Amino acid sequence: MSSESKKIKIGLEVHCQLTSLKTKLFCNSPSDYREKPPNTNICPVCIGTPGSLPVLNRNALNYATMVASSLNFEIMSHMIFFRKNYFYPDMSKNFQITQYDRAGGVPFAINGYILLNDGRKIRLGRMQLEEDPAKISYDGTIESSSETYVDYNRAGIALIEIVTEPDLESPSDAREFLNKLSSILEHLNVLDLGLEGSVRCDANISHRGGKRVEIKNISSFKEVERALNFEMTRQKSLASKGISVSQETRHWDDVRRITISLRLKEEEQDYRYFPETDLVPVTLSETFIEKINHDMPELPKEREIRFQQEYNHSSEIARVLVKDKYLADYSEKAAKESIAPREVGILLAVNLPPFLNEIGKDLKSLDVAPEHFAELADMISKGEVSRRSAKTIFLEMLKTGQKPRNIFDKKGLDVISDSKSIEDIVTKIFKDNPEAVKDAAKDTKAINFLLGKIMQETQGRVDPSIATKLVKQKLSVQ
Amino acid sequence: MTARILDIPVWEVVKKIANQEISSEDYISETLERIQKIDPKINAYITVIKEASLDKALELDKQIRQGKTVGRLAGLPIAIKDSICVKNIKNTCGSRMLENFVAPYNATVADKIIREDGIIIGKTNLDEFAMGTSTEHSYFGATRNPWDSSKVPGGSSGGSAASIASFEAALALGSDTGGSIRSPASFCSVVGLKPTYGAVSRYGLVSYSNSLEQIGPIARDVRSTAILMDCINGHDIRDSTSKNTVPQRFADIFKNTVKNLKIGVPNEFFGEGVQKEVHKSIWNVIHKIEKLGFHYEKTTLPLVKYALPAYYIIAMSEASSNLARYDGLRYGFNVLKNNLNWNTTFSKNRRNGFGDEVRQRIMLGTYTLSAGYFDQYYLKAQKIRTLIKQDFDRAFKKFDILVVPSMPILPFALGEKLNDPLSLYMCDINTVPANLAGIPSISIPCGLSSGLPIGVQIMAPPFREDLLFKAGYLFEENVTIDKSVGEFTNV
Amino acid sequence: MKTPKHPISEKEVSHLAELARLELSGKDVTEMRLHLNKILDYFKMIDEVDTEGISPTYHVFDLVNVLRDDTPHSPESKDLLENVPKKKGRYIKAPRMI
Repeated sequence: MSSESKKIKIGLEVHCQLTSLKTKLFCNSPSDYREKPPNTNICPVCIGTPGSLPVLNRNALNYATMVASSLNFEIMSHMIFFRKNYFYPDMSKNFQITQYDRAGGVPFAINGYILLNDGRKIRLGRMQLEEDPAKISYDGTIESSSETYVDYNRAGIALIEIVTEPDLESPSDAREFLNKLSSILEHLNVLDLGLEGSVRCDANISHRGGKRVEIKNISSFKEVERALNFEMTRQKSLASKGISVSQETRHWDDVRRITISLRLKEEEQDYRYFPETDLVPVTLSETFIEKINHDMPELPKEREIRFQQEYNHSSEIARVLVKDKYLADYSEKAAKESIAPREVGILLAVNLPPFLNEIGKDLKSLDVAPEHFAELADMISKGEVSRRSAKTIFLEMLKTGQKPRNIFDKKGLDVISDSKSIEDIVTKIFKDNPEAVKDAAKDTKAINFLLGKIMQETQGRVDPSIATKLVKQKLSVQ
Repeated sequence: MTARILDIPVWEVVKKIANQEISSEDYISETLERIQKIDPKINAYITVIKEASLDKALELDKQIRQGKTVGRLAGLPIAIKDSICVKNIKNTCGSRMLENFVAPYNATVADKIIREDGIIIGKTNLDEFAMGTSTEHSYFGATRNPWDSSKVPGGSSGGSAASIASFEAALALGSDTGGSIRSPASFCSVVGLKPTYGAVSRYGLVSYSNSLEQIGPIARDVRSTAILMDCINGHDIRDSTSKNTVPQRFADIFKNTVKNLKIGVPNEFFGEGVQKEVHKSIWNVIHKIEKLGFHYEKTTLPLVKYALPAYYIIAMSEASSNLARYDGLRYGFNVLKNNLNWNTTFSKNRRNGFGDEVRQRIMLGTYTLSAGYFDQYYLKAQKIRTLIKQDFDRAFKKFDILVVPSMPILPFALGEKLNDPLSLYMCDINTVPANLAGIPSISIPCGLSSGLPIGVQIMAPPFREDLLFKAGYLFEENVTIDKSVGEFTNV
Repeated sequence: MKTPKHPISEKEVSHLAELARLELSGKDVTEMRLHLNKILDYFKMIDEVDTEGISPTYHVFDLVNVLRDDTPHSPESKDLLENVPKKKGRYIKAPRMI
């Protein structure tokens, strides 16, 4: 950790939709609002029709309890909902039903935490359950649009809000934190991070002692690091010019990838929180929480340990695999099919990521079955292919989706093991490179050049140790 | 056929329709004619449903002739306050804001009435968003008292009570946040019940102050009131605050007359604001009951003195939030001006869509919830509510019912209090305690003074509407009211 | 705690009107202030009550955990759009934001 970045304090306010629910938080409208024509996924309750009343979704309570429990939160035993009063065109009632920690209110849970890899504890101040607003679209940008269009399909979707203390010290901390959070939430099966807009984030960032800048409207976890990096650079550059950072709210423009000040009239916010008495109090008994814990799916931390035990993965590999539930599930399928699960782990955790980075895709979008990875791992572990050939097959497999065995057969990538064939190759290389043979006779370091030529000629199919032995033999008789 | 059928007690009419002594068609026609004839002078209705009501009546008569079983409200014309949603019918709440708002769904009570074959004959006038005690604060003009059209009918369910008093409906629904059923029931000399909080579903009632209000029945006599209550009460999964138990049934409770009733008469309800005519009338009926062998005892509920300010603080706070949704986007009044930003548009829509009294209450509620004042007003009022509830709990350990005046004064002249909101608020002094405590309360006609009605209010412990009906029936039996002195109160 | 007889200033009335999104003219503000202060003076009466240690009654009866099963109903959107004053296709039209 450089001393520079230690000067940074970052806090996050994360909003996650509980996308696995079938209905909205307070009404029976379906939760799968995406792709639907505007304002077709609504009912009197979620559009705020006069006279309609909210009723709490039982599963939302169950899911929220699971989330709170797995993030080490202290869950409140008695809570009421509050109204947060403010006007905005995306608010169907011009108040949001949420939770509050004053005036006799408590959040859903308090004092949770997530541990980073280096053991630092990121404190989670509170978690609460609330409803999502509608979605507004513009002609062009928010600034230029002369009228706007509201679609209430999303209004009333269940959200959990998780608020961290300003314990994150760099944008990469934020990324690690969000990766861990995502993996936990996905392991709980409460949300699908792949769905557009299922997670949103507001961030606050400040140099130690400096003014706090809020960044709103960060529409995915991936954007958070980018937005924070931009804002960190902006603040540093201001500081270097001797300009002080002003306390303000900036919006992340994910097209231009910059934060912008909207220069809105800074109005004093007064949300006039007070109890939502259309809903009755919620009590969560210890028995209830115990039952939820008992039925809870396996969490990443537990899975990481099991992966080491069951599949003989190293701790580092196991950690990489559970970082993402899809990868973890995928690796587990492959490992189960393989006699060499450890090799599977290496392929997926070490070899795969650079490839994906390069082509800018994720595992989900590749047309490769877990069984393919298992087959390749087996071939490697049985010594049927050299490491070098394995890499060729691996890349071919990822690009084409073909089975490793087919690639292997088609390309003739089997290891050349009979000494007659290898001798012929060595002889050919010696004949083609007389200068190099002379050098090698004088200086053993030059042997590597000849070996390289042999590998090139055979596409790496000879065992390097056999080739070395034969080259040395041939040099000594010359 | 004569209009006299309207004069038959409604609990009898429903039997007569079912056994074909009276046809629903005749009863509905007579009612519609009556509306046509006198409502221009009363203004009880905002919307009258003519054709559909007659069609439904004909259909029901046919079913009855065919021997089919019909519901418990079969063929009766029922008026519903225009803040309770009836699908495909305008639901204005007496406001310009909702002048063109057509309810897209049925309130649970409307569903229940339809299921029991009641005929929803119209939507009745009210103070805008149920905020008022005189039904003068309606965008659609004031409703007039059928006893004397120069006087107010009480409010905010003034249209519903007036429709009953003037025979423009058989039964009616009102809503009561701080007296809005009992006040007009008292001023119009009809029976009005505010049920226990949670006894009747609020789903479909446009909220004014959601933690205080209930929908309740209004009728010309206690037994008919009970029939409607019987049909609308009970648990509703769409209202989280509705009581999740088997509802009481009231149809048979009049078979046995009540023998024992421990009656409490709390002093605080007979304070200096109560006119002497009201005093006299209430004590008159209490003494009559006493002569029948029912003993009463004076008692005290000291914190009730603070009920009125506590009530208004809570009600306005909640109202400021409940009425926030009216911004002109999804429904409601819109100035339809282009090139204004959303803030300005919302402010214009709301300024022009709401009347003075509503705007004033929203302002006050915004104030009492805002940072720095919350503890001093809203929270403090809710704590006083606790103390008032405790006062009632104590009283009901000793008494079955409490008997007090419904309204402290006689019906007053239209416009008399319009420029003095506080004096209008004072009219609710005796009705708001029941809303704060969540207990049921009924207003029963108990006499006239100079031809103007006076009502007696009976309160009972939570979910003891049965006691109110039994006691109410007893009171009713011992009071005679000469309807012939009223302008529009006899057929 | 003793508060002044007329707690609200005109500036405060204007601020409240902004919070509540109610357009008020200068004359409205003056008039509104008079009305509000009259009523707030009356409300001050509750200061007489000692509420030390008393919990507020937000819910009048003790119902808890009223929950609904997570079973979707088909949305009833058709009638809901009939009341919309300004539409563009199926979108609800709102004014510009800034």
